[in-house]
Amino acid sequence: MSDTDAMTLDPVDRHLINALQDGFPIVERPFAAVAAQLDLDEDEVVARIRRLLDAGVLSRFGPLYDAERMGGGLTLAALAVPPERFDEVAGIVNAFPEVAHNYARDHALNMWFVIATERPQQVRSVIEAIEAASGLPVLDLPKIEEYFLGLRLDA
Amino acid sequence: MSAPMTRANAQPSPEASPVVIDAIDRRLIAATQSGLPLDARPYHAVARRLGLDPHDVMARLTRLQAAGVIRRIGAVPNHYALGYRANGMSVWDIPDTRIDAAGRRVGALDFVSHCYRRPRRPPLWPYNLFAMVHGRDRAEVEDKVARIAALLGPDVRAHAVLYSTRILKKTGLRIAAPSPAYPSSQGSEPCSV
Repeated sequence: MSDTDAMTLDPVDRHLINALQDGFPIVERPFAAVAAQLDLDEDEVVARIRRLLDAGVLSRFGPLYDAERMGGGLTLAALAVPPERFDEVAGIVNAFPEVAHNYARDHALNMWFVIATERPQQVRSVIEAIEAASGLPVLDLPKIEEYFLGLRLDA
Repeated sequence: MSAPMTRANAQPSPEASPVVIDAIDRRLIAATQSGLPLDARPYHAVARRLGLDPHDVMARLTRLQAAGVIRRIGAVPNHYALGYRANGMSVWDIPDTRIDAAGRRVGALDFVSHCYRRPRRPPLWPYNLFAMVHGRDRAEVEDKVARIAALLGPDVRAHAVLYSTRILKKTGLRIAAPSPAYPSSQGSEPCSV
């Protein structure tokens, strides 16, 4: 986090981050459209986005795809990893390209990750492969119902 | 940073009609899932890379977005960098007969960023409602969790908050480029949801 700690966001950065979370137009020159809305110029918008990405303030910029609407499989999985094996097991889990996010959490179940696959039935095989490689049982917690998913955070 | 969460736009209903994704869509998804080029004409840059017509690229992205395959095009900020240093996954054990009503009420709170029902896995995991809460520090998250507890009242049989202590990986979704499983011949064999 040291890179992001070091970066100070000015009010223009904050307006830009907020505006870019409301959606990005699908037009020939979308950065120019965003720039006009914020009273900036196109080059400055592009340069600021590049800087925010380089500094890690933005983790991504582009389309956010929904794995399930694409016909894919998705689950939230958890492991109770013995502390002395934590880094080793994190390496095993992270090596799977189907693991999209992985977070350490302060609980007996201390490793939580999202598995996204091209086909729903592949989730099971990824879980089995992680269990085989780690020697630990994986808790599989697929979504049953989505009540709310927010897509923006005020900068 | 006044109110941490602002409500997102309405989501397409999961019950919406099946989405047909052809081989060209898959190439487009594979080419853009890690991000758009920072080019004044980003869709033209993508089209050039894929050997497609830029207007076809824009029409396809528009269609994928309307169908909910693209939830949104835009920026995904790093919570920590915006000052939301405490990230609490609050989890609740709610009776099955009450879960949908509880989920809708919690999901409607302006500080809850995700709210899902998931299965219990007893005895290790008794919780069936997940609500993600962000704050500048743990005290702010605790305060918000207390508000959820007050809202749910006697429906709560147990709850916990799991704070993230480290991001171990965050690459976002990745699908492979079209493979033999997805014929690349002119959009045949569409997959549907």
